[in-house]
Amino acid sequence: MKAFLDWLDHRTGYRKLTDETLNENVPGGSRWRYIWGSALVFTFFLQIVTGLFLWMAYSPNSHSAWESVYYIQFEMTGGWLLRGIHHYAAQVMNVLLILHLAQVIIDGAYKAPREMNYWFGLLLLQLTLAISLTGYLLPWDQKGFWATQVATNLASIVPIVGPSLQQLIIGGTEYGHHTLTRFFALHAGILPGLMILLTVGHIYLFRRHGLTPAQPKRRPDQKFWPEQVLKDSIGCFGVMMAVLFLVCGPYVMGWSNHLGAGLTAPADPSSSYGAARPEWYFLFLFQFLKYFPGWTEIIGAIIIPSIGLLILFLMPFIAKWPRGHLFNVGYFVICFAGAAGLTYQAMQEDKNSPEFAKSVAEAEASMERVLELSEQKFPEAGALALLRKDSKTQGPKLFAQHCASCHRYNGHNGMGVLPTDEPTASDLKGFATREWMMGWVDYDRITSIHYFGGTEFAEGKMARFVKRKISRFDEEELELLKKAIFALSAEAQLPTQAEIEKEEADLIQEGFVALQEEVGCTDCHRFHNEDEEADAPILTGYGSKEWLTRFIQNPEHSDFYGEDNDRMPKYGEGGKISEADLELLVDWLRQDWYRSVKHQDQNKDLEEGPTPVVPISDESTEKPSATDGEPSNQEADDKVDAEPAEASEAASESEV
Amino acid sequence: MPARRSFFREALALGLGGIAAAVPFVSGVVFYLNPLKKKQGEVDENFIRVTTLDSLPADNVPRQFPVIGAKTDAWTRTEASPLGAVFLRRTEEGEIKAFSVICPHAGCFVEYVGREKNRFLCPCHNSEFALNGDIASPGSPSPRGLDPVNVEVRNESEVWVHFQKFQSGTHDRIPV
Repeated sequence: MKAFLDWLDHRTGYRKLTDETLNENVPGGSRWRYIWGSALVFTFFLQIVTGLFLWMAYSPNSHSAWESVYYIQFEMTGGWLLRGIHHYAAQVMNVLLILHLAQVIIDGAYKAPREMNYWFGLLLLQLTLAISLTGYLLPWDQKGFWATQVATNLASIVPIVGPSLQQLIIGGTEYGHHTLTRFFALHAGILPGLMILLTVGHIYLFRRHGLTPAQPKRRPDQKFWPEQVLKDSIGCFGVMMAVLFLVCGPYVMGWSNHLGAGLTAPADPSSSYGAARPEWYFLFLFQFLKYFPGWTEIIGAIIIPSIGLLILFLMPFIAKWPRGHLFNVGYFVICFAGAAGLTYQAMQEDKNSPEFAKSVAEAEASMERVLELSEQKFPEAGALALLRKDSKTQGPKLFAQHCASCHRYNGHNGMGVLPTDEPTASDLKGFATREWMMGWVDYDRITSIHYFGGTEFAEGKMARFVKRKISRFDEEELELLKKAIFALSAEAQLPTQAEIEKEEADLIQEGFVALQEEVGCTDCHRFHNEDEEADAPILTGYGSKEWLTRFIQNPEHSDFYGEDNDRMPKYGEGGKISEADLELLVDWLRQDWYRSVKHQDQNKDLEEGPTPVVPISDESTEKPSATDGEPSNQEADDKVDAEPAEASEAASESEV
Repeated sequence: MPARRSFFREALALGLGGIAAAVPFVSGVVFYLNPLKKKQGEVDENFIRVTTLDSLPADNVPRQFPVIGAKTDAWTRTEASPLGAVFLRRTEEGEIKAFSVICPHAGCFVEYVGREKNRFLCPCHNSEFALNGDIASPGSPSPRGLDPVNVEVRNESEVWVHFQKFQSGTHDRIPV
């Protein structure tokens, strides 16, 4: 063995290297305050190891980046842990960097002869921030996508070269495949490569000049090994434990519903995300920009940060002035306090903003939905394509856009916003369900704002029929009425009632007969029969996909309102709504969507639809809607102009 | 410092540092071994419609057909994805024989080399196979003949195959 080691040493000189490394003199003996550099190198090491493994499963492509991250996070063994370490070690690294910088400045370690090393450190700081920024986009989720837009848009305000610079950064004029390939090459190749070079240089220079001993020296000098190494090891171990705590702690403590790093819904350029924020260590810059409106943005985004950095770079020279060091320390403290204050302010603003809370809640619901849909795996076009074809996701937006100027959904506009004005058509939550249908034969309910109350049919034939005939039903007749309603609701073939309708087939059959005979619906409506005199909306297949689609397309068809239609527009005409969107809307109203096998419990909650969170006035109704990407000013205009109301199944029923 | 105390501190330094450094490696290796846990890209339906009898004359000549089927590849589900190809041969008696196009030697794509030779030839290492799939020349490096594929005629004219892949390089047919 010794002969081999001698041979190895002769060829490589490893003993000398080890000796120099381990026996470096530590003036004044080992101290805890010297561990930060090692801890930083350790976090960088963590990032390289976890990053390389993540690389093996990551796909930098706008149709598969989010999907591959989803797969890492939720499907691959230990993926959440690996990604969690990578994510949180990055945060710890930024904290350690600031601590390290603070120590260097306060101890005056930046002064001659260590200026060069200090500058290396500052470059490393910037590289770390650049790696953080590029990494934030890679999951291609809503949060990273919209937050990074802000950063890359800032590049465009650089004088003269700005727009070209921005195009170079994002690989075109819009975010796409090349944005990801470029960001990934920077994040995983160029920037870490530079960091390794600079770190080697940083450590070399550190060794050349030795560490800056904290004064006064309390103990005799020691060698690096083993005392300082032990402290460094404990430090690195502590960092590792802290990172693991960040990865698992919030979940274990019940503060978070997932292990490891978060992932929001897939990036959707057509649907903005109001809660898009940069990582917390960039929040101060984000907040700072709020003070520079319009053309002054360049001052806040580029000029002041550049001057700030320049002063940091010039510190070794400033230190030569009388009280220069004091100035440097003061400058650092002020900058730090300012950044901390801005960060706190940004966080407080978000914490107190209902809009922010709403965006977060929507994003979480959207993510929950993607997780349910992911059970079917994703199409080649990616998870977003699946989400865009999902009636449960798109239905509320389409409802808010096309229907909510007259109708409501559980009192809100489908998206959880409560318009302040009264609805002028029925509330379609639970459309065609037994419970909803029962409302049509209850005088108080049919004349309420949730059914006909907002329409002229509040005093129409149907309401009169309910008042004069049904209100006088005895118990036996009421029992038959209930069965008839169940039979009518069964016409819709709602997936939510499939099971119970199968069980109660006999009862529905009884109701089927009662509806035509005792209850008397067929006096005015057609129901599995032909009757030219029955001019009220046809009840055959009532609420089924086909029925509802045809109704929305043309409520004036003789099967529906006919000439009695007053406000419901013909959505099948003039491209008011595309066939695909109409199908999504119809499916959503009928609660016909993919239901998770694994998430059944959650489904129960979700089927209630969004809980109205923000009662919002007319002006602000536009705002959140526009934020959601779909409903626009058009909707408000519709209200003002009192444009024809739509989808009033209610109204259709009234003209019995 | 007493030697024992020093040893303890040295061991502690190495131990704690080692544990800290091992965490990302261990997580990474576990992550890397994920493919061993489940089959990736498995074919959902075993029997797949390949062609119709009209496209397969009873002339005893092998013809190559692509196999298109549903496929789940990690996070992606594709309804119609090329899964591979098969050689189909309909004998004069009307019997259909099918072979995988994958050479059992090293997984190259075997070709049919025409009527004059009437053989399957692997362009990579020159394995030769007879029409019945057997190894046709003593110099063939393939450890076994071509892998047969089960065929069924459904709905009177549709040709369906039981698409399966086998491990290459082994004497026995081991499905993968």
